[in-house]
Amino acid sequence: MRANPLFSFKWFSAGLIWFWLGLFVLVPLLMLLTASFLQRGETEFVKFAFTLENYQRIFNPIYLDVFWNSFYLAAVTTLFCLLLGYPFAFLLARVKGNYKHLLLLFVIIPFWTSSLIRTYAMVIILKTNGVMNSFLQWLGLIQEPIQLLYTPAAVVVGLVYSLLPFMVLPLYATIEKLDTRLIEAAKDLGARNVRIFWSIIIPLTMPGIIAGSMLVFLPALGMFYIPDLLGGAKALLIGNLIQNQFLSARDWPFGAAVSIILVLVMSLLLVLYYFSILRNSNNRDKVGL
Amino acid sequence: MNLKRIGKISYMSLIYGFLYFPILILIIYSFNDSKYSFAWKGFTLNWYHQLLDNQELLEVALNSLMVAVVSASVATLIGTLTAVALYRYHFFGKKVLYGLIYILIMSPEIVMGISLLILFIALSMPLGFWTLLLSHITFCIPFVVITVFGRLSGFNKAIIEAAKDLGASEFATFRLVVLPMLMPAVIAGWLLSFTLSMDDVIISFFVTGPNFQLLPLKIYSMVKLGVKPEINALSTIMFVITLIMVIIAQSLLREKK
Repeated sequence: MRANPLFSFKWFSAGLIWFWLGLFVLVPLLMLLTASFLQRGETEFVKFAFTLENYQRIFNPIYLDVFWNSFYLAAVTTLFCLLLGYPFAFLLARVKGNYKHLLLLFVIIPFWTSSLIRTYAMVIILKTNGVMNSFLQWLGLIQEPIQLLYTPAAVVVGLVYSLLPFMVLPLYATIEKLDTRLIEAAKDLGARNVRIFWSIIIPLTMPGIIAGSMLVFLPALGMFYIPDLLGGAKALLIGNLIQNQFLSARDWPFGAAVSIILVLVMSLLLVLYYFSILRNSNNRDKVGL
Repeated sequence: MNLKRIGKISYMSLIYGFLYFPILILIIYSFNDSKYSFAWKGFTLNWYHQLLDNQELLEVALNSLMVAVVSASVATLIGTLTAVALYRYHFFGKKVLYGLIYILIMSPEIVMGISLLILFIALSMPLGFWTLLLSHITFCIPFVVITVFGRLSGFNKAIIEAAKDLGASEFATFRLVVLPMLMPAVIAGWLLSFTLSMDDVIISFFVTGPNFQLLPLKIYSMVKLGVKPEINALSTIMFVITLIMVIIAQSLLREKK
């Protein structure tokens, strides 16, 4: 290499990104971790004295309830996204013809569209004199408008609506790559469709299932504006709890501890994802692909 | 057409309907000449005119535009250099960096929002334009990296080798050979960063100050007070901007095939 070793293009590029991510991702994350072990300050946001109290407080029944409620809603959301998204991604991957790109584009557009605006659109649909109530009344299913907004169901509908593309896209990517020879081989060996689905298609698309579930489950815990707008005051999620601690209650150490739990959940899912990929490639090696 | 095919098509239509129906309703009602009722009272551009007359809102929109343009540009610059470095060189921590970029895309925004808030407070930086800008650059970078890296993976390495053999320096190779081939992906990365920055709520929510509002935060506080036709109009405009940007970005990324 002819370039000056002290200031080469290579070291400039690599150095710049490491500097940026170090300063704006790693250092802040370490500060968050540190803050979660500190005490709440009187005048400053934190007092520099070590404590485990913030983590102990999480086991207070009030907060455990929030956690339980939050994980439950996020899990239900993930399940609905998976049940709706898997068949959809499967059909999309099997579409033939030029309009396939167009169909994919129509999934990508909501992926990038502001989920705040999409949530607001859901408010219009679900409010008391909104589209859904008018439709149900027109059908004759209900006589009077019913309460749809500000219910846990509305929060789940809003979350599914916002996050469905995040499930479909990773699923689509793995299903698209699925080796159809394996399915044909299983058919030739006499496997029935149910068996093929559970023993071949599901294990091979597992990385997509886990990636999609992560992209739905994690944001679902943190998107505080969706429960705020669709659930009213009733549905308090982890995201709302963190937001409250930082902006209203001003208890930063406790808010930091709650966020660290969120980071731990993410790490756990990442480990799962890593192993599913590992297993997948091992399986491929075994059958010689 | 057999029954199975009809079933498949109706299922896909149902999902597309679910994804687009609420947005469609929102757009239609931004043209409805009625302030409160759900019933259609005729076509009007009234709500769009009101937006243009709202001086405060225009100022907020300008803020958003400024933050989005600058952060998309810086993120594209850093992200492109990173993607090229990841593709071409071996350096310390390369694999870790690669993993970190993916983790950043998957990690919950709220964690990034509060950890950046803690950093800015610790550095005693006043919350506002600069803190928003630095945060937006940070969450846009990973998306630029994977967009550009995706195109690089389809490259013929022999072209770069040829440039080197002909005596081009590293920088000259980048500027004259790699960058022109990468241009569609770089532009796509910029457009996607722009929409991310324009639409971000969660991270901006934490790192903004009282003197500097952004459009999504303004919409959030307006929406909390209820459904208003002006918000429908504003949301429609933002949706259409995103739509155009994403369509251009996607067609740029498809060109290589």
